[in-house]
Amino acid sequence: MDFLRPASWEEALAAKAEHPTAVPIAGGTDVMVEINFDHRRPDALLDLNRIGELREWEVGEETVRLGACVPYTRIIESLRAELPGLALAAHTVGSPQIRNRGSVGGNLGAASPAGDSHPALLAAGAEVEAVSVRGTRMIPVEEFYTGVKRNCLEPDELIRAVHIKKADGPQQFSKVGTRNAMVIAVCAFGIALHPGTRTVRTGIGSAAPTPIRATAAEEFLNSALAEAGLWDSGQIIPPAVARQFAELVSGAANPIDDVRGSAAYRRHALGVMARRTLGWAWEEYRGNERSARCA
Amino acid sequence: MRLTFTVNGRKQQADDVWEGESLLYVLRERMGLPGSKNACEQGECGSCTVRLDGVPVCACLVAAGQAQDREVVTVEGLADFARQRDHGGCAAEGHGISLDDAKRWRSKPGENAQLSPIQRAFIDAGAVQCGFCTPGLLVAADELLERNSSPSDEDIREALSGNLCRCTGYEKILDAVRLAAARSEEAV
Ligand SMILES: Cc1cc2nc3c(=O)[nH]c(=O)nc-3n(C[C@H](O)[C@H](O)[C@H](O)COP(=O)(O)OP(=O)(O)OC[C@H]3O[C@@H](n4cnc5c(N)ncnc54)[C@H](O)[C@@H]3O)c2cc1C
Ligand code: FES
Ligand code: FES
Repeated sequence: MDFLRPASWEEALAAKAEHPTAVPIAGGTDVMVEINFDHRRPDALLDLNRIGELREWEVGEETVRLGACVPYTRIIESLRAELPGLALAAHTVGSPQIRNRGSVGGNLGAASPAGDSHPALLAAGAEVEAVSVRGTRMIPVEEFYTGVKRNCLEPDELIRAVHIKKADGPQQFSKVGTRNAMVIAVCAFGIALHPGTRTVRTGIGSAAPTPIRATAAEEFLNSALAEAGLWDSGQIIPPAVARQFAELVSGAANPIDDVRGSAAYRRHALGVMARRTLGWAWEEYRGNERSARCA
Repeated sequence: MRLTFTVNGRKQQADDVWEGESLLYVLRERMGLPGSKNACEQGECGSCTVRLDGVPVCACLVAAGQAQDREVVTVEGLADFARQRDHGGCAAEGHGISLDDAKRWRSKPGENAQLSPIQRAFIDAGAVQCGFCTPGLLVAADELLERNSSPSDEDIREALSGNLCRCTGYEKILDAVRLAAARSEEAV
C-alpha cells in the first residue's frame, strides 16, 4: 500500500489523477473502520489532512463554502447561525471524538443513506464542489447520491468544498436511534423554511437507497401555506395540513427492514418527525415574525 | 514507511510502519505504550482516546501516516502533560516522558506527584473497576476540564459520551470528574 501525503490542493489533484484508485482519507472515521476490519485494502491512501484550506470555510452573501475536511465540532461551534440544520445534525454524529475528526466531505464521500449531514444539506440547498485536474463541477446535492454508498464523483475527482445556502429561516433536524450518543440513524429528517422564496425544503435519511427530498410533501405544503396566506399572517398551520404533510413525507420514503428497524416503523417515525419538526420550525418562524412586527 | 512524531513531549520514530496501520497500533505495538486500549477498533468505545495536536481522538481511527510531525499525548504522558499545563508549560527540549519512563510508569498510591489531578480524582472517587476504559476516560475528562473548569453534569455526560465502561455504571466516573473540578476551584 502507498501512503500519499500531498502538501497542497494542487498536489492532491495531481496525485488523484495519477492514482485514481487511491482512497482519500480525511477524518478516517469511515475509512479506518473498513481497513481495521479488512473490508477494504486500497492500493493507496491519499491523506487530505495536510491541506489547510480544506479545513477552512468562507461565509459569503448567500452561501457558506464549507471546506471538505472541516470537522463537525467546528461546524457546531462556529456555524450554528448560518447553518442551523447542519449544526443540529452534526451534533448527533457519533461522539466528541468522532465529531473532532469526521467531516461533511467524508460523509459525502461515504454517501451512506444514513449519513446525518445529507438531510440537512438537502433541506438547506447545497452544491458539491468536485474538482479534478480537468476542472471544477458544481453538483446539486440531490444529484450527488447515485445509490447505496455511491456518489457521482469521477475516479480523478476530489471534493473541495460544499456550498450550502445560508439559512434565511428556521431549520430543524431530527433523528431516531436507540440512544442519544453514538448511534447510526434508524431514520432522520431535516426541514428548512425559506421565507424569502416562501418555500419549504426537506431531506430524508436512512429510509431509501439514497438520501432524498420529499418533493411531493414540499409541493403540497408550499401551496397550502400560500393559499391560506400563512407566510403573511403567521398563523398556526392547520392540523390537517400538518397531517397531510407528514403522510406525504412517509410516502416519499422507500425503506427496508434491517437490524435497526422495520420499514413500517421507519415510515411511521418519519411521519412523526415531519410533523414535529414542521411544528418547531413554524413556531420559530411565527416568533420571528411577531418580534419583527413589534420592532 | 517511517513515521516521526512527538509522543508525550518527546520526538519518536517508528520504522517499517504499514501504510494502513492505525496510530493505536503504532503506540501499542511499536512504541510499547499499552496504556491506550484496543477494544473495538471502530471508534465506538473510546478506550483508545489520545490527544492529537491537543484534540481528543480515537487512535484506532487515525492512520499512522496522519500522525507524521504531529503531537500525541497518551495516558502515560497525562501526568506530565497536566504538570506542564499547570506550570505555564514551557515545552522546551528535555521535557516530556521518555518511552522507558512511560513503560515503567506505575501509579503509586500516596505519591501525588506522579498523578494528574484527574487520575488522583478517579482513584479517590473509586471510579476504576477493571480499568480497561480508564485511560480513554482520563484523557477525555482531562480535556473537558482544560476547556471547562466547572462543567455541568450535562457537560460531563456529553464530553464522555464516546467512552464506554462495562463495569462502573458511570456514577463514580461522574463523581470523579466533579471531584477534580471542585479541587481545581479550591486550588485557585
Ligand atoms: C463510532 C462511529 C460513529 C459514527 N456515527 C455517525 C453518525 O452518527 N452519523 C453519521 O452520519 N456518520 C457517523 N459515522 C460515520 C462517519 O463518522 C461519517 O461518515 C463522517 O462524516 C466521515 O468523515 P471522515 O472525514 O472521517 O471521512 P473518511 O473516513 O476520511 O472518508 C469517508 C469516505 O469519503 C471519502 N472522502 C473523504 N474526503 C473526501 C474528499 N475531500 N473528496 C472525495 N472523497 C473523500 C473517503 O475516500 C471515504 O470513502 C460514525 C463513525 C464511527 C466510527
Ligand atoms: S478501540 Fe478505538 S474506539 Fe474502541
Ligand atoms: S472499569 Fe471496567 S470497563 Fe470501565
